[in-house]
Amino acid sequence: MAATSGLATIPVAASGTNWRRIGVAVAIAAALVLPWLVSDYRVFQFTLAGSYAVALLGLNLLTGYNGQISLGHGAFFAIGGYTAAILMHRLGVPYYLTILPAGAAAFIVGVLFGLPALRLENLYLALVTLSMAVATPQFLKYFDHWTGGSQGIVLRKPAAPTWLPIGNDKWLYYQMLVVLLIVFWAGSNLLAGRTGRALVALRDHPISATVMGINPVFYKTCAFGVSAMFTGIAGAMAAIATGFVAPDSFNVFLSISFLVGSVVGGIATVAGAVFGGFFIQFIPNLANDISDAAPWAIYGLFLLAFMYAMPTGIAGFIRTMAVRYAPKFRTAVGEQPTSQPGSHS
Amino acid sequence: MTLNRRTLMIAASLTAAAFVAAPANAQKQYGPGASDKEIKIGNINPYSGPASAYGTIGKAIGAYFDKINDEGGINGRKIKYITLDDGYSPPKAVEQARRLVEAEQVLLLFQSLGTPSNTAIQAYMNEKKVPQLFVATGATKWNDPKNFPWTMGWQPNYQTEARIYAKHILQNVKDPKIAVLFQNDDYGKDYLDGLKEGLGAQASKLIVAMKSYETSDPTVDSQVVALMNSGANVFINITTPKFASQAIRKVHDLGWKPAHYLNNVSASVSTVLKPAGLEKATGIITSSYHMDPTDPQWQSGKAYQDWLAWMKKYYSAGDVASTFNVYGYSVAQTLVQVLKQCGDNLTRENVMRQAANLKNFQVPMLLPGISITTGPDDFAPIEQMRLQKFDGNIWVLFGEVLSPEGS
Amino acid sequence: MTQLTQQILSGVATGAIYASLALALVMIHQATESVNFAQGEMAMFSTYIAWSLVQVGTPFWIAFVLTVVISFIGGVLIERIIVRPVENAPVLSHVIVFIGLLVIFSAVAGWIFTYTVKQFPSPFPTKPLLGGAVTGHDLGVIGVTFVMLILLFLFFRFTPLGLAMRAAAQNPESARLVGIRVGWMLAIGWGLAAAVGAVAGIMVAPILFLDPHMMSGVLLYAFAAALLGGISSPGGAVLGGLIVGVLENLVGTYLIASELKLTMALALIIIVLVVKPSGLFGAHAVKRV
Repeated sequence: MAATSGLATIPVAASGTNWRRIGVAVAIAAALVLPWLVSDYRVFQFTLAGSYAVALLGLNLLTGYNGQISLGHGAFFAIGGYTAAILMHRLGVPYYLTILPAGAAAFIVGVLFGLPALRLENLYLALVTLSMAVATPQFLKYFDHWTGGSQGIVLRKPAAPTWLPIGNDKWLYYQMLVVLLIVFWAGSNLLAGRTGRALVALRDHPISATVMGINPVFYKTCAFGVSAMFTGIAGAMAAIATGFVAPDSFNVFLSISFLVGSVVGGIATVAGAVFGGFFIQFIPNLANDISDAAPWAIYGLFLLAFMYAMPTGIAGFIRTMAVRYAPKFRTAVGEQPTSQPGSHS
Repeated sequence: MTLNRRTLMIAASLTAAAFVAAPANAQKQYGPGASDKEIKIGNINPYSGPASAYGTIGKAIGAYFDKINDEGGINGRKIKYITLDDGYSPPKAVEQARRLVEAEQVLLLFQSLGTPSNTAIQAYMNEKKVPQLFVATGATKWNDPKNFPWTMGWQPNYQTEARIYAKHILQNVKDPKIAVLFQNDDYGKDYLDGLKEGLGAQASKLIVAMKSYETSDPTVDSQVVALMNSGANVFINITTPKFASQAIRKVHDLGWKPAHYLNNVSASVSTVLKPAGLEKATGIITSSYHMDPTDPQWQSGKAYQDWLAWMKKYYSAGDVASTFNVYGYSVAQTLVQVLKQCGDNLTRENVMRQAANLKNFQVPMLLPGISITTGPDDFAPIEQMRLQKFDGNIWVLFGEVLSPEGS
Repeated sequence: MTQLTQQILSGVATGAIYASLALALVMIHQATESVNFAQGEMAMFSTYIAWSLVQVGTPFWIAFVLTVVISFIGGVLIERIIVRPVENAPVLSHVIVFIGLLVIFSAVAGWIFTYTVKQFPSPFPTKPLLGGAVTGHDLGVIGVTFVMLILLFLFFRFTPLGLAMRAAAQNPESARLVGIRVGWMLAIGWGLAAAVGAVAGIMVAPILFLDPHMMSGVLLYAFAAALLGGISSPGGAVLGGLIVGVLENLVGTYLIASELKLTMALALIIIVLVVKPSGLFGAHAVKRV
């Protein structure tokens, strides 16, 4: 169903695609100008938000497009962060060369993890991934020879080259932005094509999809691996930006925040990952500003409010509004307000 | 650049002082966050997340500053206290520290809580030359003025405390076989290191069993059973309050009668020993530096009465049984003393200079005989502790005041 | 007594804790086909209600009954007011609402009752038995857990309400066609799960001591227990809880450093689930195209 609606809309998608292109162009332009409009401290916050967005894209790919729930993506974030930290700290590798190994390490662990996960669904997968989130800090503390144990690893923050007249924070921000754009470009292409359709087909109609010749083992493991890789890359970026990794940075609440971010942002959408990144970066601060006494209570109320107002997330909400108020958009994406990859082509 | 500006400023003020024989108050000097009217102080505490039990410290500090402001402030300046939540997450701590320093422009960061969070921001604070004062952690590394001249601890460090127990065991227990229960994080590991150091070369032979627990574990019963079965006659209990109560009860229920040493973190009569059962806790040894607000022996004294009056008036939502509220009160008093000493020179440099210039400062809720002393090479404000033994009703102090130099 | 026996007995005692909360998870799953991640925090909050009642001098068993009733009403209200508006939203949106509830209960409990550890009275003799491996209270918890188990079993198997509730959860459309008020079934399911959770909280609080984090560690174990036994089977959940409790103690004592005992226990459970995905006693769900 999802795949066919996607296919059917491609020929008439021209105007919608234009709107999308304009939207993406405006977003990139805004992202380029942003650091010159705000203070360095804010730039740092946006750098973190960007890395969370990359992590959420990874989670979205798995949970949104492939329907495999994960309450444990903080573990892949930790693998990425620690790979980068260990390479920088122990082996003296320059920070920019640690991003790819971090992604690779997370990919390998993701694939290995995806194999047993194949047999598990819904609640069972939730339990397994939640266990992974809980076990992560314990693992990091146990292998303290490499990870520095509970003390963690302090990293030197990368400095901008002297010939470039921008501060360190902007320098890091732009590098994050480059990585983010590459990952998002790769991710959207992957999801818009054959692979994306296969993932969605396996999510919605696993038996029919298998009968049609889609190999569930390959695609589901692949989804786990790529998802973990994106999140690992994000973990490396966040570790470099923060300049510190420790087991406490990767507790179970991080994993839960990721799930929150991807659902609130809009599950199974690419743009939702960006909204989600902003949400998990800024909403806890806002909650804290509203109440010192019980910031979590306010945060919880925000979650409830968002889910009432936008049950399909921020991206889903925008889509619904667009479908309602912009007739051109409707012909482009079809009547379904739910976010399907076909509408992303 | 900052250095130049500062040199210029100092030069300018020196010139001014040389040319105009001005009265002292004309030499007012202010760093960021300080003015004639107010002093901005930043704080980071875990108000949400797994360590939110400590959040009461940050609130108690704010409540003490309210009292100071009601009484006219410090040298006529009101304290503006900005406290932010980091949920015990190091990346969030970095972000909040930057917000306090760059956006809020605080004079200093005070009592940021937790070893991981403080480790995460230490490099930044020292690079920015902003005081990271009296951090709320007992790790040993905060006393390092050579490498980190802008960071200072406050409470006695965990290793010192563990060495005190080690020494006491070696002197008092015949043929000791030691079993250790510890929390599996930086705090537990620091105690272990101190203990091993204190036991010396014999450590690996004397310690016959070690078991750790995670804060997410529901109980520590299994660990205590395993430790008892190691045949140990000494039990060192390095646990936070809830787990301490569980361990004390289990040790008793198993009929195990070791020499029981309980870390200071959990040395509270009403919140740890009473839940476990006072009769089960009798004979436990701990070392402490502050009064336990639930220990009857202090409750008629002036120090306690003043504290209680303050709690009632300024922090009525807080729990009068919580030692954290004694901690927050006492550390806030220490900062107030530093700021008083700063006089009208409220630059970040002078704050550090005065923080490293506390001489025998008496804090009412610290145990008799314990005071605060710092110096340019001594960034460890409280170094003294006293041993005490629980008699089924109160903690009975014994022995003299112990300090690292003495041991 | 050997250490092995002590560890097994002590594991059974902690296992009963996991089992009691696992029963609440089975309850909510039977009634709504989803698992409420806030179940543990709700149980914790119920326990604070009981604690407050005891503090003002209410006799234990009256406080117990009052708390169970209040929790039932609270559960129904939460379903009606908070969960109902997102009834038709995707499953993941429900999960987010559960997480929202979790953090709200946790924060509000800390705010009202502070984080200081509270002592909770036990209705049973707390004398240590069998060389201290278990206490009278532990036996009481095991007994109460089995009573709950029998009640739940009878409820779902023989009462019209229990049957209607299962029908409403498993096939809402058909249930509606035969005249079952599906909406109310969900609300009552939430109420009953909250009531079972309240019993669990009151039973474990004397062992774990009461603070706002009391149940956050237990939830994962209870979840594992429920799935291990088969989430559709109350008996399986109780047995699952006991297995998890004993397994964890044995793994931590004999197999591996105690730092990794949770990880190891979970890994073993996962292996079991990979081999037998519907749990030890769960019915295998047949898929249709």
